Amino acid sequence: MTIAVVDYGVGNLFSIYNALERIEARPELITEPEELTRFEGVVVPGVGSFGRCMRRLSRFEAALREALEGGTPILGICVGMQVLFERSEESPEEGLGWIDGEVVRLPDSVLVPQMGWNTLSIKREVEILDGISDDDFFYFVHSYHCVPRDGRVVAATTDYGLEMAAAMAVDNLFAVQFHPEKSGEKGLSILKNFGRLARC
Amino acid sequence: MLARRIIPCLDCDLAVPQGRVVKGIEFKQIRYAGVPWELATRYYEEGADEIVFLDITASSERRETMKNVIRATAKNVFVPLAVGGGIRAVEDVRAVFQAGADKVTVNTAALKRPDLISEIAEEYGSQACVVAIDAKRRDGPKEGWISVPTPEGESWFEASFYGGREFSGVDAIAWAMKAERLGAGEILLTSMDRDGTYDGFDIPLTDAVSRRVRIPVIASGGCGNPDHIFEVFSKTGASAALAASIFHYEEWGVDEVKRYLTERGITVRI
Repeated sequence: MTIAVVDYGVGNLFSIYNALERIEARPELITEPEELTRFEGVVVPGVGSFGRCMRRLSRFEAALREALEGGTPILGICVGMQVLFERSEESPEEGLGWIDGEVVRLPDSVLVPQMGWNTLSIKREVEILDGISDDDFFYFVHSYHCVPRDGRVVAATTDYGLEMAAAMAVDNLFAVQFHPEKSGEKGLSILKNFGRLARC
Repeated sequence: MLARRIIPCLDCDLAVPQGRVVKGIEFKQIRYAGVPWELATRYYEEGADEIVFLDITASSERRETMKNVIRATAKNVFVPLAVGGGIRAVEDVRAVFQAGADKVTVNTAALKRPDLISEIAEEYGSQACVVAIDAKRRDGPKEGWISVPTPEGESWFEASFYGGREFSGVDAIAWAMKAERLGAGEILLTSMDRDGTYDGFDIPLTDAVSRRVRIPVIASGGCGNPDHIFEVFSKTGASAALAASIFHYEEWGVDEVKRYLTERGITVRI
């Protein structure tokens, strides 16, 4: 299987590239929207601010939409999850709006950003979380969190000051707030699950 | 619940082809410990939450060697990888990120030009910018410096640079607070007095800094056994503990340290 990593000019994609190589997914960094059609899966990474990501991602919007509607599995990671929502408190730019809801700042009661390893509370049995349990830790780095209008899109939550969305699954659209590429063997398991979804 | 992190630190001498991990005592008396990527891979497999490489040679002609070390490590290690030593500009950051690093630590260059912190945070996000502070304890109190009560009396702390060879005249604690304002994502706080001694972390120093900033503080310098990590986690707000010698010489595995902490009620990733 070949997986596209959308390289839209934010942050550092080498970690996700290395991790996908490790699970034998044959990743490619994609800098042009028209290239997206030839892949079996698409990863949308994201670091930095919501607005900066959206400004740079916007030229991929139509191609990503087409891939999504064509049934290609798409995985958003970190801010790549947040941009799936309508808007964020962080920036005035509109998000992709594929998921109803918004992105809000972490509560004042905790250190911001959340930086480090936290556990999940799994809400639904979904293939992307095969082999993952509530005891497993994942690496989070974020200052904002996603609040979907329909809680049923949430596959797992994490607890950081309050219970918040950590993983989502809606048909062929998947997203995680943590970094699977930096979350040890359990993180690689999630990428493997995504790879499996991309093959069938 | 967010876990406290255990971070092995690899001080790298890059004067040999593959690089080698060394460890000093109070920033002197260097001892050889192993090949960087091999040690890093072992720590990853034992459950290290993050790996830090510090280029102690920090000379630009050895930048290629550091990139090779990072590349070899990033193929096998799937936890955050931080790299420091000789980072002077955003271009240096780009070079180590393109090799596979996730964070940089800045020390000397940031003390000399604090805007470097903002530049890195702007380009790569605060999470990518760790400000390393080497703090030297001075008997005090002293006018104009933040005073910290210690068992040995009031003290103040001066930030050192150039690998501990020179002193900056900057208050280490005030510098941590300023680094936060400039966009640092974490503070890597090393006690120069404890580094390599096995005497335990500097608790008053770690407490003083972690109370004054709202970003994670990584305690460093002096770890000689798991009880020292337990002590720094139970007595201060440190988010992570960094250690070198106890891991390098196979006195303790990262997994053993984590079991020790779990049995005593500290949340760590197992």
